[in-house]
Amino acid sequence: MLLIKKITTAVLFCFLVSKAYATLTIDITQGVEGALPIAIVPFVWEGKDELPEDVTAVIRADLQRSGRFAPVADEDLVDRPTVGSQVNFQTWRVLNVDNLVVGKISLLKDGNYQVQFQLFDIYKATQLAGYSIKSSKKGLRRTAHRISDIIYESLMGVRGAFDTKIAYITVIQKGESKTKLYKLAVADSDGHNERIIYSSIQPILSPSWSPDGRHLAYVAYTRGRPELYIQNVKTRRTKRIASYQGLNNAPAWSPNGEKLALTLSKDGNPEIYILDVKSNKLTRVTRNYAIDTEPAWLPNGKGLVFTSDRGGGPQLYQVDLGRRGAKGKLKRLTYEGSYNARASVSPDGKKVVMVHRVDGAFHIGVLDLKTEHLTVLTDSNLDESPSFAPNGSMIIYATEYDDKGVLSAVSVDGRAKQRLSFQQGDVREPAWSPFKAR
Amino acid sequence: MRRLLELVLISTLAMSIAACSGIKKKDDDAEAAAEGTTTEASMLDDGSEASLEQRVIYFEFNSSVVKSEYQDVLAAHAEYIAGHPDLAVVLEGHADERGTREYNIALGERRAKAVQQLLTLQGVAQNQLQVISFGEERPVALGHDESAWSLNRRVELLYSGE
Repeated sequence: MLLIKKITTAVLFCFLVSKAYATLTIDITQGVEGALPIAIVPFVWEGKDELPEDVTAVIRADLQRSGRFAPVADEDLVDRPTVGSQVNFQTWRVLNVDNLVVGKISLLKDGNYQVQFQLFDIYKATQLAGYSIKSSKKGLRRTAHRISDIIYESLMGVRGAFDTKIAYITVIQKGESKTKLYKLAVADSDGHNERIIYSSIQPILSPSWSPDGRHLAYVAYTRGRPELYIQNVKTRRTKRIASYQGLNNAPAWSPNGEKLALTLSKDGNPEIYILDVKSNKLTRVTRNYAIDTEPAWLPNGKGLVFTSDRGGGPQLYQVDLGRRGAKGKLKRLTYEGSYNARASVSPDGKKVVMVHRVDGAFHIGVLDLKTEHLTVLTDSNLDESPSFAPNGSMIIYATEYDDKGVLSAVSVDGRAKQRLSFQQGDVREPAWSPFKAR
Repeated sequence: MRRLLELVLISTLAMSIAACSGIKKKDDDAEAAAEGTTTEASMLDDGSEASLEQRVIYFEFNSSVVKSEYQDVLAAHAEYIAGHPDLAVVLEGHADERGTREYNIALGERRAKAVQQLLTLQGVAQNQLQVISFGEERPVALGHDESAWSLNRRVELLYSGE
C-alpha cells in the first residue's frame, strides 16, 4: 500500500480549539486516488447574526479526512441550491460529481438551531437521505459530525465514525525543570473540544474506553507506582481498581463492559488476568515465565490477543477464554519480523493492527487473520499505540514528527493518512471511543 | 579504615535521602541519586567500596540479563545492604523508547527483578528491596540514537530509609 504515491499537495486545516492554548493542526499527509467526488453546497444560514459554527466546513473536513471522499472546492461549485427542489441535476453531471449535499440552518424561537440537509445521487436524480436536526448552539459541531456520519453511511454502507471521541495522553515539560505534566485528555474525533479529565506529574498510560463510552480505564503512577484506575469521563469521578504488588497495567475493557483484561505481576512476572469490574474477582489467563501483556479483546468477547516474548522476542498470541481463564491451546499470530506488539482488533474481528518492526524502525502493521497476510501501513518511525475507529475504517496511532509526539491516522488500506499535531507538548497513546448509542 | 568508609557511605546516603525527602518529588530521585554517585566517588579509594557508588546498571536492547561487568558492583551492594537490615532499596527499572510502552514497563520490571534476584541470592532480605518499573517514561538521555538508548536501558538502585 505504500506504493501509492503521495498525490496531494498537503491540504491544511487550521482550527482554533475552544481553549486558546491548544491549537490543533490537521494535515492530510496522503490523499486517495479514486476518492468519491462530492459537492457540498454551503448550507444557507437564515439568521441575522453570524452563525456560531461553520457547519458545512466541519462536514467537508470530516469527509475529506476519511480518505473516501473528495469534496469539490468551494469555488468550483456551479450552483448554490439550498433545497432539493432547486437542484438541477444536469448542471452537476457536467462537474463529474456523483453526489450532492444541500442544506439550510435557521434559528428557532427557543434559541436553538434547526439544521436541514439533503443528500442526492446526481446520476439517478434521487434523494438518498434527508434530515432535519434540532441543535443547541453548543451542539452545532456535533450536529455537523452526525450529518457527516449519515452521508458516510448512505454512500459507504458502513456507519460513520465522525461523531466519536478520542482519548489520549499529553506530556508537557514544566519550564526548565525535569518535571513533566501528564494529562489524560478527551477530544472529538477531529481533535476539537479537548477536555482534560485527569492530570499528574507522575506518568499516565494506556487509556481504554468502556464500551458505553462513559468510562476510561488507565494506568497512573500517582502513588509512585503503576496502579489501575477507572474514571467517569463526564463526572470525572475516579476509582482505583487494581493496586496489587508489582504491575497493574495494560487495561482493556471487555466488549460487554463487565470485565477488564489487565496485566499483573503479583505472582512474580507479568501475566494476563481478567478482572470482574463489579465483583473484583480475578481470573488468571496466562501462566508463563515470559512477559505476557497488552491484552486486546476479540469483539465477540470470547478471546484475547496479547503480546508475549515466550518465543524470544515480543510476538502476538491469541487465547480463547473459558470460565476459568484460558481455554484450549494458545495460537501464535505473528511470525513476520522480530517485534510485533500492542494489538488492537478490528471491530469485525477480521484484522489485528500492531506495532511491527522492520529494519529497526517501528511501524504500524495490519494482519489479516484469515489470510495471515501482514501489511505495513506506515512509513514513519516510533509508531505506537494503534487503535481502530469503531467502524473499522481508520486506525489512529502515535508517532514522532519534528521531534514531537503527534497523533496520526491511517485508513485500514493504508491509502489515506493524516496527522493531528498540537502546539504544545507530546501527544501519545490515542484510544478511539466506541460509537455513541443511537 | 573500614569504619571511616562506612561513615562516608552513610553520609552519602543521608545526603541522597535528604535530597529525596525534601521539596523535590519522586521525579527527582534518580537525579539526586546520580548526583550522589559522581560527587562522592572520589572520596573512596578502595575498589570494592567504590563499586557501591555505582548505582546504575545498564542493559542490552530487549534484554534483562545482568552483564558480568556488574557482578562486583552488585556484590558490593548486596554485602552492604545485607549488612544493614535497616536499609531499604528501590530497584527502578527502565527501558529505551523503542517498542511499545506497556511491553517496556514489563521489560523494566524484569530488569529490576533480575537485579533483585542477584541481590537476594547474596543474602539481601526480600523486604529490603522494592521493584518499580517506569518502562520508557523516564529517560535520562533524550535523543533517538544508541548513545541515548544505552543510557536509558537501566536499573537504578535508590537507597532510602535507615
